[in-house]
Amino acid sequence: MSAADWRKAMNSGATSQAWPRPGRADVRAGTPAPRPRVDEGRASAPRWLVSLGRRVRPAHVIVLAALIAYPWVASPFFTFQIGAQSLALGLIALSLTFLAGYGGMVSLAQMTVAGIAGYAVAIFGASGTNEVSLGWPWWLAVVLALPFAMLAAIVIGWLSVRTEGIYTIMITLAIGVAFYYLVLQNYAVFNGFQGFQRVLAPRVFGVAWGDAVPFYYLALFWALAGYAAVIWVVRTPFGIALQGIRDNPRRMATLGFHVTAHRVAAYALAGAIAAVGGVLMVWYNGLISPGSVGTTALINVLIVSVLGGLRHPIGPFVGALAFVLLQNFAIDLFDRERFNLVIGTVFLLIVLFSPDGLLGWWSRLAAHWPAGGARVRSRSGP
Amino acid sequence: MTYNRRRSTGWLVGVAIVGLLAGGVQAQDSIKIGLLATLEGPFAAGGQDGMRGAELAVKQRNGMVAGKKIEILKASSDAKPDVAVNATRKLVEQDKVQIMVGPLSGSEGIAVKDYSKTQPGITFVNGSSGAQATTLVNPSTNFFRFNTEGAQWMVGLGKYAYETKGYKKVMVIAEDYSFPYSQVQGFMTEYCKIGGKVPTKAWVPLGTKDYSSVIATIPKDVDALVVVLGGADAVNFLTQYEQAGGNKPMVGGSITVDQTVLNFKGKRRESLLGTISAGPIADSYEGAEWKKFVADYKANFKDGFPSPSLFAFVYYINMKAALDGLDAVKGDLSGGQAKYREALTKLKLQTPTGEVVLDENRQAIGTTFVTEVAKAADGGFYNKVVKVIPKVDQRLGMSKAEFDKVGLGSRDVPNCP
Repeated sequence: MSAADWRKAMNSGATSQAWPRPGRADVRAGTPAPRPRVDEGRASAPRWLVSLGRRVRPAHVIVLAALIAYPWVASPFFTFQIGAQSLALGLIALSLTFLAGYGGMVSLAQMTVAGIAGYAVAIFGASGTNEVSLGWPWWLAVVLALPFAMLAAIVIGWLSVRTEGIYTIMITLAIGVAFYYLVLQNYAVFNGFQGFQRVLAPRVFGVAWGDAVPFYYLALFWALAGYAAVIWVVRTPFGIALQGIRDNPRRMATLGFHVTAHRVAAYALAGAIAAVGGVLMVWYNGLISPGSVGTTALINVLIVSVLGGLRHPIGPFVGALAFVLLQNFAIDLFDRERFNLVIGTVFLLIVLFSPDGLLGWWSRLAAHWPAGGARVRSRSGP
Repeated sequence: MTYNRRRSTGWLVGVAIVGLLAGGVQAQDSIKIGLLATLEGPFAAGGQDGMRGAELAVKQRNGMVAGKKIEILKASSDAKPDVAVNATRKLVEQDKVQIMVGPLSGSEGIAVKDYSKTQPGITFVNGSSGAQATTLVNPSTNFFRFNTEGAQWMVGLGKYAYETKGYKKVMVIAEDYSFPYSQVQGFMTEYCKIGGKVPTKAWVPLGTKDYSSVIATIPKDVDALVVVLGGADAVNFLTQYEQAGGNKPMVGGSITVDQTVLNFKGKRRESLLGTISAGPIADSYEGAEWKKFVADYKANFKDGFPSPSLFAFVYYINMKAALDGLDAVKGDLSGGQAKYREALTKLKLQTPTGEVVLDENRQAIGTTFVTEVAKAADGGFYNKVVKVIPKVDQRLGMSKAEFDKVGLGSRDVPNCP
């Protein structure tokens, strides 16, 4: 296959789905033949810009504009506690969606990786616990935290990569719980139960990045970067190979792809995304303690990913928004002693009636709309 | 194209609705008070009772203060500092409460105190958090604590254990966070000074279910165990210790043998008889105000405990203080609540166990009771008063220099092996 044929196949849009859908072979046969390339010799816009222009739809532009304009219409509480928290939590859940949806590996240790980045920022940087924190400048703490977390993700990946399905879940959960007990009982480095208080976002270029609106934009920037990174990676040869490994590791191995290396690389990339999310979370909370990486937090990330839907990188952000709204407002809707029931029931309903999460519901709703139904139906299958 | 426009419109409308929901409409003739307690996790039973205590304070005033209606907005946490701060932030920034009462647990109190510094226009009154550091280290000018804290609650117990009960050597088993550190500091400061010895301490993570490893390390030659565990942890430890055949007498922390534990429905309750403890309340106290408080609690809460727990009492006095302060300024919360805060600082709070005043760090000076668990005529357990110690301050009766030399409670401070 020549490079030009490869690009044609990429740009036809047949690879933009996370999960293989039954009946897709028919759809591909029905796709119109790709346009002949007549601009080979001419100077034109850079190829990536052209392909970007072809893929960006008005909906994307409107949603982006709405996200950017959001702090101007919402109160500081909604900007910070709902908006920024959803984006940071969504970023961590995005790492799980990437691993699970495109790599076929459900890892419960993504919050652990995020927690390692958060603890690294607290330990290397300044916090209220001066006896343990090293007090280095914030940029040094962040620059050290990300490789630390990525290294941890690579180790976790290397340990879990030969397992499948439920065994991956179990081994990553075990690693997560082991880390929780480590930070709970170690006082020399992790300060035990108390954790680190007053780990604040820095003041850079005269802007206090811990304030509601600047922090929201910071979280938005990194959420968009993570989202774009995942969208781009899954269309690269590496991403396609990863999806192939998800579907049939044996065949990929016989074709000559190094299955383990691809999987560990996927863990590393997911670890990088989770690490950025972890730094945002520690700045959002202003503190980090063992409770931030406990079993509840680990499972919350899985809940967020499944709630939103594992089929597309926008899923975790939708799921995170739904989760944060539920957490904050369930107690207003329901008895103060029973509000956890609301959260559990919503999750149960979504998983029972829409295994693809909120995105699955959205696609099914959209399929019922008369106009443009044909395009939607071809994307979502039966 | 039509499809895309509908989808995008849907997104926009959704975002707009969420944004518009953000603004809260504030009624002018009511005062919003936020109430935060742990309704999840190991202290869930305590949090529930705490809310009952706060509600009782409101009910006693028929829901009105200074001519305005009292509106209580509730939130829940689970003894984790970040959850408590998130819940507080929601109440303060989203629901726009003017006064905040809470939280319940020691470490939560420190985190909420740090948050209170970022909200200078709101007054924060403590719930029942009892860590020393909340008002001794970086105190916040708008955080008021009308209850005595963990160390103050143990004053008198060390002396009683050593002299009256004859426990010369004890082992400490406590949860590993700020509130038990304060309790152990309050006990050991006195106990070590008069010659007591503490050869070993065991610190367990909050929420521990399995105490077998701790029970295995109990030395044979200690006279008693100082157990500073709360809620579900205390019940688990007591059950497992009894099952392991342990028979050493116990000295309990303030929340170890309070009503939430004495009423656990297990078979091993009998082992609790004779346990001495200390705290801000004693079920059998003969004071008239206390009896009235207990009767009020029983009348209003048929689903509550036989006698109000420590959490109900402490939340009650803190909410009462917040409301008494509002009465004193006739509901005037203008000018960044400056007059209200001054009224609170000068308030002489009449509580069911005596008068409470605040010190220079807005920390209460109050009464401590030394108690012993006894069986009532109806078979229920209660705490019998053996000693009353009035006017206990945060420096435990020592001078500032002397207290600073001892230092705040932590895993290794104080130490007298």
